[in-house]
This record gives sequence, structure tokens and C-alpha cells, in this order.
Amino acid sequence: MATSAYFESGNVPRVRSGFIDRLRGGDEIAYLLTLASSIAILVIVGLIVFELWINSQPTIKTFGWNFLVSSKWDPNGDKFGALPFIYGTCVTSALALLIAIPLGIAAAIFLSEMAPPKLSSLLTFLIELLAAVPSVIYGLLGIFVLAPIIKAYVVPPLVNAFGFLPIFQGDFFGVSFLSAGVVLSIMIVPFIISVSREVLLAVPIEQREAALAVGATKWETTWQIVLPNARTGIIGSIFLALARALGETMAVTMVIGNTPKITASLLSPGYSIAAVIANEFAEASGSLYISSLIFLGLVLFGLTIIINAAARVLISTTAERSA
Amino acid sequence: MDLRVSRARKATNAVMLGLSGLCTILVIGVLFFILGYLLWHGGKSLTPSFFTKLPKPSGETGGGMANAIVGSGKVLLLATSIGVPIGFLAGVFLAEFSGRAFAFTIRYVVDLLNGVPSIVVGIVAYALVVRPMKHFSAVAGGVALGIMMIPIAVRTTEEFLRAVPNSLREGAMALGATRAKTIFTVVVPAAISGLISGMMLNLARVAGETAPLLFTALGNMFWSHGWLQPIATLPVMVYNYAIAPEEDLHQQAWAAGFVLLSLVLAINLTARMIIARGAASSRR
Repeated sequence: MATSAYFESGNVPRVRSGFIDRLRGGDEIAYLLTLASSIAILVIVGLIVFELWINSQPTIKTFGWNFLVSSKWDPNGDKFGALPFIYGTCVTSALALLIAIPLGIAAAIFLSEMAPPKLSSLLTFLIELLAAVPSVIYGLLGIFVLAPIIKAYVVPPLVNAFGFLPIFQGDFFGVSFLSAGVVLSIMIVPFIISVSREVLLAVPIEQREAALAVGATKWETTWQIVLPNARTGIIGSIFLALARALGETMAVTMVIGNTPKITASLLSPGYSIAAVIANEFAEASGSLYISSLIFLGLVLFGLTIIINAAARVLISTTAERSA
Repeated sequence: MDLRVSRARKATNAVMLGLSGLCTILVIGVLFFILGYLLWHGGKSLTPSFFTKLPKPSGETGGGMANAIVGSGKVLLLATSIGVPIGFLAGVFLAEFSGRAFAFTIRYVVDLLNGVPSIVVGIVAYALVVRPMKHFSAVAGGVALGIMMIPIAVRTTEEFLRAVPNSLREGAMALGATRAKTIFTVVVPAAISGLISGMMLNLARVAGETAPLLFTALGNMFWSHGWLQPIATLPVMVYNYAIAPEEDLHQQAWAAGFVLLSLVLAINLTARMIIARGAASSRR
């Protein structure tokens, strides 16, 4: 009775029992509302998979697995094959990783092992800003700045030195696998740097002290002790970057040349999965055409999901081990 | 015993460490090059009419992107009102209510959604909204970007709510507050600056997205009335004008790119400053 008297005495403002108040006070309502939102996310992801699957059925039924290995892309003749796009996506991503991995890991080493903490966090902040730049801006700079630079200063010496290799044959117009790879590498390098830096920082300081104490130089300590310790996490950061590169659309579309051809030469124009969807989807007519583009989307979805999952496992194992 | 380090080892040390520093400078250099080039080139092409006029029909010079600026605003407003509430509530669920196994599932699916390429989200929004309605619309663009906002919204909310000390929750409960009241009048307000800056970063991330808008919002050379018509947005305009053959349109693309990047970086810097100030004050 004491409690009820306390509440009745006017010490505490009376709780109104309007709808809003019941909502505020009601644990059940809050629980159900938040639960519903969580389930909504599950439903959305389910819908993504379902829509991609159901809408690519016409293509799967017509071409079967041949779709993935055929290189014929002829919308007018209703012949569709994904190989040129898969090839282009793989080539540009591989090229991007080739450039971004050494650059990214070296910068991560500098930021975690050498730079004073204040400088390191300032530089990391700037590098993370680089990741915030919209991809269409990279594309804009790619077309008007990077491609001309590559054309004028990079390709001539490359062709002079390695022109006999099949990957440096033919004429160069600016738009090409090479330009797309370079733009992509700039876009993914911030991911490699910021994740690798964190993984490196998580390596216990005692490991470094022990190595330095037995007479190793700073570099030997980093290369032989710290890096091997952080290896799994660094590989994880590379996978993360790879997933970004595979799904990247705008910048690649703007500099790859949009030609569905498979050639060994990095100097010739090509196409990628994401680019063909971006370029042709809005104008695609005919259900088989649209369905083929959606199937390409499904392929891209599957690839990035697998690689992202692998990245997550790798990064979290390192984090757990050092914890 | 000779304790001196051999000259070769010293040289390797210096060269490799120097190289790693050089790589860092190179990456930072790229950032400043991008900012500088856009500032110079975009700033030069920016005119008052960019903000006040409609695009001119092809062949004519001049004109602006007033409709695309408003259009981006409308699509982002829609996206925020779809993505943030769902993400926020799900984040509250994960931080305050959920059991372990279910939370693991949700977190896994949220990570999965975060990894879905933006162009694929565009396809799904097309299949879910554009196809049933039979035309491109602002709503379809908003749905696409809204879906993309969900993962970060969930993660930020969960992270910042978990950072609120349990003693605050216990204090509120000891005073007799219900769980819901504790969450919404004590825990969420305690985390509010982090939540707001997290959502700002989230918004900045999708503000520059182009791919999911290409075949959902499409584009429009005129004012788009209401929510059901195709609508122009800044990133799509940058793309369309950059790949167009006319030199005048390239200038406009630079101007639009400049405005877009300034917007994204301004939101980013503000949000990060709020977070940094919050961290500094909680350390005191």
C-alpha cells in the first residue's frame, strides 16, 4: 500500500495512459517493433536472392551453364553469353590487386610501425576520406585525367620495354582494361590500408621488443615477426578489397571502353559484369535480354558474397588470436 | 663479440622503411590530387546558374542542374526515411533485446547485405518497384538507396548503444522504469551524438551512389513533380554528362562533381568531428 500511496500523493507525475505513453512504457511493443525491423532485414535479403533467382530463370532455362562459358553477346539475335564480362571483371580486379596490395601493405606498415601515433591517425583519417569519394568522381577523373596521363606517359615506355608480350599489344585509346585496373586500384587501396593497419596494430608489442632485443633491425622485426603474425588478417583485408573491386560499377563503366571482347591485351577496351548491367539495363528490351542481365547480377552477387564471407572469417580469426 | 649491425642489413632497413613511407605519401598524394583537381576544374566551371537553372536541351550551351540538386535531396530524404528507422530499430533489438543465436543470424545477414554490390541492389529495386509500377520513379531510387543504408544504420546503432555503460540502464531500472522506457529515455539519449554522426556518415555514403539510380530514378531534364516520376540526381548527371560528347557538358559534369564531392566531404568531416568530440569528452 505504501507504494501506491507514494504514487498517489503527487510526488510523481501521473503516468497518462495515452497510446504514445503505452508505447513508451510498453516493453512488449518495443520488443515487437524492434523484432519486426530485424525480421524485415531478413525478408529484404531473402527478397534480393529470390528476385535475382526468379528473374534470371528464362536465361538459365534457355542457355543453362553454357551462359557462363559462351562469349557471344548479341542482343539483336537473342544470343547471350557471360564470358567476356566475367573475363573483364577478373582481369581488372586482378590488375587492381596487383597494384594495390604492395602499395597498401607498405603504407599500412608505415602507419602502424613507423609513424608517431598522432601522425598515423591523421594520415589514416585522410586515407579513409579517400574511401568516401563517390565512385562516379573516380570515373570522371579516370576519363579526363588518368586515361590521358596513362596514354601519354605510361603506355609508350611499357610498349617500348615489353611490347613483345601479348598483354601489351595493339593500339591504345585511353579506355581499356589497364585504365580500369588503375582506377580500381586507387579505389580499393584505402580498404587494404585501414584494415591491415588495424591488424598490424593488434600484434602484441612484446613480439617487437623481443625481436629488437636480440638485435634485429626495425625492418627485420616488421618483415619476419610482425607481418607473419598479422598474415591472416592482411589476407582478409585483400579479400575485402577484392569484393569491392568485383562489384565496383561506375568508375569501371566510364573507363573500360564497354566492348564485349576477350583479348589478352590490357591496352584494348573490354567490359565487366557490373558495367554491362549499368550500361544496358535501362534500355534492354526483350525478356531474355533483361533476364540475362539479371543473371549476370546473380553471378556478381554470388561472387561477392563468397569473398566477403571469406574476408570476415580471416579478419576475425586474427582479431581473436591476438585478443 | 661484435654487436654492430652489418652495413647491408642497415641499408635494407633504411631502403624498405623509406619505401613504405613513400607509398603512404603516394596514396595521400592521390587524395590531394583528386581534391585539388576537382576544386580547380570544378570551381572554374561553377556558375550561379548551375544552382538555379534547368539543363539545356542538347546542342545549346549554358543551363544548370537545379532539378538534380532538388532531386538528390528528395531521393535521399526517401532513402533516409526507409533505411534509418529499420536499421535503428534492428540495432536496438540487437543491443538490448536479442538472444545470442538470433543476434548472430541478424548480424550475419546484415554483413551480407552490406557486401551486396550497389548495382545488384539497383536490379532488385527495379524488380520490386519499377516493374510493378511500370515506370521509373523517385520512389524506386529511394527504395534502392534506403536498402543500402540499412546495414550501416544497424551496425552504428548497435555499436553506440553497447558503448553506453550498463550502470545507466541499472540506474533507470532501479528507479522503476520499464525496459522500453530505459532504452528510449536513457540509453538512446546517452548515445545520441554517436547515433546522429553515424547516420550522417551513412547518408554521405549513399549520396554519391550512382549505379543503383541508373534504372530506378533514371533521370529527368525537367522538374520532377511528386514522387512517382523519373527524377534527376547529381551523381547520375555527373555520369551522363561525363560520357556525353559535348565539351560544354563536360564542364557541367565537373561542376556537378565538385558540388557532390564538397557535399559528401562536408558531411563526413562534420560527422567525424562530432564523434571525435564525443570521444574526447567521455575520456575526461
